[in-house]
Amino acid sequence: MSRPLLRGDTAMRWAMGTFKDRNRTIYTLLIIGALLFPSFADVTTGGAGNHLVSTAADAGIYVLLAIGLNVVVGFAGLLDLGYAAFFAIGAYSYGLLASGQLSGSPLHAEFHFPFWVLLLVAMFVAASFGAILGAPTLRLRGDYLAIVTLGFGEIVPRIFRFLGAGSPLGNWTGGVNGIAAIDSPKLPAFITGPWFGTPIKVVAPFDFGDSNWAPMDFYVLILILVAICVVLVTNLHNSRIGRAWMAVREDEVAAAASGINTVAIKLLAFAIGASFAGFAGCFYGAKLSYVSSENFEFVVSVSILIMVVLGGMGNIPGVILGALTIFFVQFFVLTNLPDYAVAASNAVGLGFLNQSTGGWVGLHDEVQRLNYIVFGLILVVVMLLRPQGLFPSRIREQELEKGTTEEAVFDVREATD
Amino acid sequence: MALLEVQGVDTYYGRVQALHQLSLTIDQGEIVTLIGSNGAGKTTTLRTISGLTRPARGHVRLRGKEISGLPPDRIVMLGIGHAPEGRRIFHRMTVRDNLFLGAYSRNDGPAIRTDQDRVFELFPRLKERRNQIGGTLSGGEQQMLAIGRAMMSRPKLLLLDEPSLGLAPILVDTIFEVIRDINKQGTTILLIEQNAAKALKVANRGYVLETGRIVKEGTARALLDSPDVQRAYLGI
Repeated sequence: MSRPLLRGDTAMRWAMGTFKDRNRTIYTLLIIGALLFPSFADVTTGGAGNHLVSTAADAGIYVLLAIGLNVVVGFAGLLDLGYAAFFAIGAYSYGLLASGQLSGSPLHAEFHFPFWVLLLVAMFVAASFGAILGAPTLRLRGDYLAIVTLGFGEIVPRIFRFLGAGSPLGNWTGGVNGIAAIDSPKLPAFITGPWFGTPIKVVAPFDFGDSNWAPMDFYVLILILVAICVVLVTNLHNSRIGRAWMAVREDEVAAAASGINTVAIKLLAFAIGASFAGFAGCFYGAKLSYVSSENFEFVVSVSILIMVVLGGMGNIPGVILGALTIFFVQFFVLTNLPDYAVAASNAVGLGFLNQSTGGWVGLHDEVQRLNYIVFGLILVVVMLLRPQGLFPSRIREQELEKGTTEEAVFDVREATD
Repeated sequence: MALLEVQGVDTYYGRVQALHQLSLTIDQGEIVTLIGSNGAGKTTTLRTISGLTRPARGHVRLRGKEISGLPPDRIVMLGIGHAPEGRRIFHRMTVRDNLFLGAYSRNDGPAIRTDQDRVFELFPRLKERRNQIGGTLSGGEQQMLAIGRAMMSRPKLLLLDEPSLGLAPILVDTIFEVIRDINKQGTTILLIEQNAAKALKVANRGYVLETGRIVKEGTARALLDSPDVQRAYLGI
């Protein structure tokens, strides 16, 4: 191409286009939001924004997971209730191969492979398990498939828990203790080398070269990973494969009759969806520096599914917003709700509610107990108000707007004239 | 050699036998029709040929090559296009996406475009609505789309399942005309119809199916003239 890659008017046109295309508006706002967030966090907390940035990086993990599950549920229409299993597989792949854990295993050797290599390894391992799970089960129809994936989601964390100290197969995963002291990512030597000057500092708190990663480093990394995944998934969605997924979701018989290998295409959705979870799991293990089977329970699978459905199944920006919304509600609103309740009751002169008396454990703890009821209520209200999700894919919307039978009858009459 | 040869096929749904020792042949360039009442096994016959249902016994051969037991996508690739019962177009996709999916088994880009134009020539109505979502088309247009989609795989043999079902009478005539056109352009057709009179008028030969068995076969002319067929299917 002879054209320069970026010209002033290209950027201008892109920005102008945002008024026409809702998805582009969302992406623009997301990018701006992501870039400004660290400064925002610093300003609002008076320079102590590290914790918020770290939480935002965790939200990024859920965005990755939601994007991945969206491939399975939103694109291919396969209900997967055990998606957290692949997340676990990714996290454990990194944990086992980048820590001292395996020195106590029957292998008697520990591995410290670089994070960047293990990102791909975790992806590949998770994808393989996706295919292994998919192969025997994909002949099942919707509900039955959901039950099998549910079972898989229950089994995987239990296997990781079982393979700890005292298991007949030896101590592989640390069992209930999980794997601790997992390596931090390091930039490869050819980037951190002397000709670059160490460490690389892009913005003040952002320091990739240091072996102790700050929240900001993880934040930048997850932004990059999410961006890569969004590009990949968008391209997939618009490809031949993406069309085939849509076809399978709509009508499997018609898809088969059109020459689509439905088994292969569904397997592919499962494997690709799983690979994103592997990706996310690897990052998660590296960020937390700790992996435990408790972090991959059924609730996690359900949360991710809610993000996909509530955001607008099949629409990538919608799913990203869904993930951010649910993450915000679950890990910010709900965790702070008891404190808000206490503050509110003190403010209106009902401070006595905060005392525990007999069966009443005090407002703080009572609200904490009700957390999931509040969460459930929020979900019910949102789904009642917007059953198609917050930002559904355009096709879904058009179908809801234009799919009228009157018009169709009229057309037949017209043709007979 | 016959284009398609079905020989001694038994097909079951669970434990219910839907086809009994069914045999038929279709020669290159013919229009063959299967007539029979509801539940006679017409749709099952098509599904067995296109691989959507697996026969328990018997042979299905395309130009002498055994295809029974192959998955449907392979059979499409080998040259059998199927416009299934109830149209089954992709309701949430545009007309063009539906057509492109019909060409899924191929990867010869420019030729696909030519074939799309050919479908638009057969059904000008679809061209007008090419960017419209499938679910918003009328019944007749959906049927056109189902046939067009099946044509996009460039089939040697086209299986049509009740293309006139639920359509206004004039639209039925249009569909039958197009069926004749498609056949003239070199595609062999196996047609299922409730409307036996119309089907026998367009077809070269026909088979009569009753409870999963072929009870009568012959040229379309002979079947039209047969008193049994007249009484049972033509309402004369």
